[in-house]
Amino acid sequence: MSTTAAPPEPWLLVRGAGKSFPGVRALDDVDFAVGAGEVVAVVGENGAGKSTLMKVLAGVQRLDQGEVLVDGRPVAFDSVAAAQRQGIALIHQELNLCSNLSVGANVMLGHEPRTGPFLRDRALLARARVALDRVGLSVDPRRPLADLSIGQQQRVEIAKALSVDARLLIMDEPTSSLTQAEAERLFAVVEDLRAQGLSVVYISHRLSEVERLADRVVVLRDGRNAGELRGDDICHARMVGLMVGRDVERFYQRAAHTPGAVVLEVRGLRSDAWPQHDVDLQVRAGEIVGLAGLVGAGRSELLGCLFGVRRPRAGQVRVGGQLVPLGAPRAALEAGMALVPEDRKEQGVVLDLGVDANISLASLHRRARGGVFVATAAERQLAQSTVQQLGVKTPHLVQPVRYLSGGNQQKVVLGKWLALGPAVLLLDEPTRGIDVGAKAEIYALLHQLAGRGMAVLLASSEMEEVMGVCDRVMVMHEGRIVGELPRSACSEQAILRLATGRSAEGRRDQAGTLEGTVTETS
Amino acid sequence: MKKILGIAGLLLFVCLVTALCTDRFLTPVNLENLVRRSALFGVISIGAAFAIVTSGIDLSIGSVICLVGCLLPWLLVEHGWPVWAALPAVLALSAVIGVVHGLLITRLSLQPFVVTLCGLLLYRGIARGITADQTVGFGVEYEELKALGAGRLPREAELGIPMPCVYLAVVAVLSAVFLNRTIYGRYLRALGRNEEAARFSGVDTARMTVLAYVLCAVLAGVGGVLFVLDVNSAQPSDFGNFYELYAIAGAVLGGCALRGGEVSVVGVLLGAAVMQVLRNSIRLIENIPQQIEFAVIGGVILAGVIVDELVKRAAARRRSAA
Repeated sequence: MSTTAAPPEPWLLVRGAGKSFPGVRALDDVDFAVGAGEVVAVVGENGAGKSTLMKVLAGVQRLDQGEVLVDGRPVAFDSVAAAQRQGIALIHQELNLCSNLSVGANVMLGHEPRTGPFLRDRALLARARVALDRVGLSVDPRRPLADLSIGQQQRVEIAKALSVDARLLIMDEPTSSLTQAEAERLFAVVEDLRAQGLSVVYISHRLSEVERLADRVVVLRDGRNAGELRGDDICHARMVGLMVGRDVERFYQRAAHTPGAVVLEVRGLRSDAWPQHDVDLQVRAGEIVGLAGLVGAGRSELLGCLFGVRRPRAGQVRVGGQLVPLGAPRAALEAGMALVPEDRKEQGVVLDLGVDANISLASLHRRARGGVFVATAAERQLAQSTVQQLGVKTPHLVQPVRYLSGGNQQKVVLGKWLALGPAVLLLDEPTRGIDVGAKAEIYALLHQLAGRGMAVLLASSEMEEVMGVCDRVMVMHEGRIVGELPRSACSEQAILRLATGRSAEGRRDQAGTLEGTVTETS
Repeated sequence: MKKILGIAGLLLFVCLVTALCTDRFLTPVNLENLVRRSALFGVISIGAAFAIVTSGIDLSIGSVICLVGCLLPWLLVEHGWPVWAALPAVLALSAVIGVVHGLLITRLSLQPFVVTLCGLLLYRGIARGITADQTVGFGVEYEELKALGAGRLPREAELGIPMPCVYLAVVAVLSAVFLNRTIYGRYLRALGRNEEAARFSGVDTARMTVLAYVLCAVLAGVGGVLFVLDVNSAQPSDFGNFYELYAIAGAVLGGCALRGGEVSVVGVLLGAAVMQVLRNSIRLIENIPQQIEFAVIGGVILAGVIVDELVKRAAARRRSAA
């Protein structure tokens, strides 16, 4: 982008935005502006406030403080419909389409041309075609949506927004489930829409995409404006600097130490997701091993197989030399394994149970009187000491976990497992959606546990976290461990090179293009 | 606790209104009968609660009652089985039915609604087939068994505690201990609200779910035995008809959330009692025509859940304001 071009006059302004959730200040005095024909990228770490800001603009959530101005006039964004009336459309990460309807019906859903109660089919098709043309999609609108690829369906969603005269498209991680070729086509559409004068807010973790597309980058950190970059200033290093904004080394303190004997040993493990690849790995006592990789690389599948919540096709898992029966969480737990799962609210805690009941859930059977009756006093004591030890902020022990912040919920999950004294701790995205303070506490806890001889296997999509916390990092790509990096050799580039599977990339690219042409011309 | 007070209040209210409207309500004979019916429905409502706490449902309760209620006299009278064989046999059959329900739900991931709806049709059809749709009964025999199942304490008295109450007391105490004091009760509550999290915590959710459906079916079987001893005969085409709905309504009224995870045995007992008092008062109060029985029951339950929801919302508002 040329820096000399004057930035367009903003038509959408957010001033002094503030929003709190229990335990978290999600937005704190945030300013934000978008002009016509401008692509604005919003970047920041998880929990920086990106998604909250976007939900406010889309009318999903209301601001506690601050105001939103459209064309200079304050507007109440108190419902999705209100935001849509202002021409704002949110393209979700998960598509909101009806796979049982045709492409055209999806594009025009909710604003079908009609005469009285009757649909005007021909007008519907014509209007759908116009909208589909604008996103470069030349499929017959009468075709069932289910025939289209994910990338094409995404463009249908964009067409749907255009057909109601959207002025601003908010795209939330739009390339997360696209092939390289589909992503390229999406970038072309975004550039085309910009040329047509549309505004686009682009949210992505993939900074290379941001570099390529954005006219302006707004960086958020801990719910505040952390800085803004324009034109040629937009580069990877500056964005990361603004996003992190603190002494990364100090944040991830890792004392030198020597790992002990092998505690967790995996041989020839094959999951249902990647049946053609074997996984072998070892984790020693006192060691924190990272599992890095792109979304869908098979990390969660691997951890699920280890803990028995998924049944692997083949393989052996040993803890302390003992073979662990596969496909049975109870057996994995008795063998000394624990899993902090990826989806905290669905898999980690029972939201409506109290802090005490959640903490005791996995160890209930060990403390039960006569093996059957809940030991109430012991349960309360366990909850009390866990809350104290991990610093869980809760008004009382029977508080439903639903009302705790993400960080405190995650501490409850950790406490549940620590009550069993596991030898192996598996963690899947343990700090996703957690604020910075709680993150630091969790890192400190992991180091402390490793110091006491626990073997820790940590899967994370946050490169920094993997690099900062772990003693060595294994990188996964398409279900395989494609490389291993000692802490000293860990860099974002090195991990990415392995995670994208350089040699494999070319092949997939080609296949993607091929598939694209076939489906679009048919 | 608040919920239990609410349902107790409702029970008291319905009793009061009925007592004021008719003097036939507070007679010893009517009260004994009412307690007897409430106890019978209490047993199957507790069963329904076990399915509901897992966030499931059992629609086959009425048909299991029918099958068991028909099979027991059929085996005894028509086939001359001894009581010690027939009684365990029908209860074992209901346990097997529960196991099948549980396995279909956990192993094949079929929806509880669908599985037990098919059960509802199946078991009644089987019962009618076996008996050729003829009424089966004990006639004047098996006095000992009838006294045990449907008599009263003390044995020879004109009025007393109906035997079903004794059985209900046993079932209720055991269920309350199981649900509130054992780890399995905790597991059922946890998996009812979030099965995935329970499974990820090492709880064998499949086995616990099967157990819940077995308990539900066995209690329906116990109910079938007690009901048929109470009325002395069973007509396959309508014995136990709609009883699953009374059981479910009693459980829901008693504070079991259909989304699972919440249960209170005392609440369920009160809920089952409310249902029976309502039916009783419709029969007794002359101004209410018999034909609208269902409409009255439906209306009262609906009013109850609406009030409950409004109270809950008010509480949530207070919480968020604080």
